[in-house]
Amino acid sequence: MIGIPDPAIWIGYVLAILSVIACIVYSVKNWNKSDDPAPDAPEREINWEKEEDKINEML
Amino acid sequence: MNTFTLGLVVILYMLLIAYLGYIGYRRTKTTKDYLLAGRDSHPFIMAMSYGATFISTSAIVGFGGMAGKFGMGLIWLVFLNIFIGIFIAFVFFGRITRRVGLNLDAHTFPEFLGNRFQSKSIQIISGLIIFIAMPLYAAVVLIGGARFIESIFQIDFTLALIFFTLIMSAYVIAGGLKGVMYTDAAQGTIMFVCLLFLLIFSYFKLGGFSAAHQALTNMANLVPADLAAQGHLGWTAFPKINSAWWWILVTNIILGVGIGVLAQPQLVVRFMTVRSSRELNRAVMTGGIFIFVSTGFVYTVGALTNVWFYETSGKLALDAVGGNVDKIIPEFINQVMPAWFIYLFMIALLSAGMSTLSSQFHTMGSAIGRDVIEKIFPKTGLNTMMIARLGIVFGVLISLLIGYKLPMGIIARGTAIFFGICAATFLPAYIASLYWKRVTRSAVLWSIISGMVTSAFALGFLHKSESLPLGICKALFGKDFLIDKFPWMIIDPLILALPVSVLVLIVVTFVTRPPEKEFLDKCFK
Repeated sequence: MIGIPDPAIWIGYVLAILSVIACIVYSVKNWNKSDDPAPDAPEREINWEKEEDKINEML
Repeated sequence: MNTFTLGLVVILYMLLIAYLGYIGYRRTKTTKDYLLAGRDSHPFIMAMSYGATFISTSAIVGFGGMAGKFGMGLIWLVFLNIFIGIFIAFVFFGRITRRVGLNLDAHTFPEFLGNRFQSKSIQIISGLIIFIAMPLYAAVVLIGGARFIESIFQIDFTLALIFFTLIMSAYVIAGGLKGVMYTDAAQGTIMFVCLLFLLIFSYFKLGGFSAAHQALTNMANLVPADLAAQGHLGWTAFPKINSAWWWILVTNIILGVGIGVLAQPQLVVRFMTVRSSRELNRAVMTGGIFIFVSTGFVYTVGALTNVWFYETSGKLALDAVGGNVDKIIPEFINQVMPAWFIYLFMIALLSAGMSTLSSQFHTMGSAIGRDVIEKIFPKTGLNTMMIARLGIVFGVLISLLIGYKLPMGIIARGTAIFFGICAATFLPAYIASLYWKRVTRSAVLWSIISGMVTSAFALGFLHKSESLPLGICKALFGKDFLIDKFPWMIIDPLILALPVSVLVLIVVTFVTRPPEKEFLDKCFK
């Protein structure tokens, strides 16, 4: 196959290419999906930032 | 190659890096910025930074040259790098790591483990292991970069080493992880373009896709006797089962590096640099394509160099470069590629080294600063950013010292040693922290310690590649390695240490009290 007779080599190539395809398909299918309840304005992020500023000031 | 032109190109490149480092510095205001790039990285920057950190110069030149010597079997490493290093890592580890890391306010990998198991000891010990093992890995890249600058500018090696270290330290110390990731993304892009061109042009020069492979297959009868004795069956064939090269390829390279990637602290921390799992979902594509091009393409070209060297000089690649595996890829590029590409490729190699090194410096600094010093001496009066910066300076000095003083035999093994130690010590604990709620604090602590101790024992007393240059086994027992029955001396330490740390994790978990449900709910909410 394509000048490579040993299946142990070309199967490696096929698996590598399939993995890249899996990465692409996964990204495209989940492009806008998120596990987080509100990824764009997480309240805890804001609270955490405030708390961190406070700690930094204290230090 | 014109030294003046190359020097000019390198200076322009350094200016670009300095500019990106400066942007990172300007945008770094808080600890979160400094250690986690503000937790709002763009998916492209995150993925390129992950990939460029993962792929160092030795992955391109060293493994590419190894493919020139041993053939295309390395494609299995490419497969594992993409499938485990990107797909599994991002989808099954990255998303949950980001969420738990945010819930527990973790800024580093040791802090992630420490907070997940409410244990200061786990954080401190993990930080110490990283700080002790990583300088060896960093020294490999540092020496490679300094040698490269030495040859470009024709300057003294010590001067090149100091110059390279100063440039690297400047943008890592000032810009924190933002500086590191911005420069990584630019460096990754340069690497990507160069390696893409390298493969296309190589096939063009060798008469096309199938013709080039067929020519290489037809050379199987030219395999030198010493390599054939090690199991080499030709450059388009997998080595003979149970031969020396088969064991090295399967245990050291494919499993050691392929699986070791999952528990690399400098990579894990990148999952926590994005705002939501949506960014990670988007980054999977960039990461997968990047790794395929940056490793798969160069390993394929590495094997195919034999066709070129044989057709033009009647010699195999290894013979054409005087037996030095590391020279196969650079020599092939010098002979085959157009002049402008040679300059660009040199920049790509410098990029590969710098992107890996910058993350190593940052991880070492945060490990000793945030995870060790700040935990042991909480009242230093300095803020985390300042402590991490001092930690980076300390880590850089140790790497420099190691690179300068330790024998090359040990330094050359630095990457494999670090990958192996990370996998054996952190992988079981890391997987359990995400997927096994029953696992206990004591189990994780003892799993980390047992993985570390077994790795150290195997490196010092069993695995020939390290026990020989270290010389501890020879000094204590009068022989280079304890078990001289094949294949014990060439089996990667990971193959022994990983089962030990897994076993300890499971056994200790079942003899200790399970963690509280309320705390677990907080972790995984």
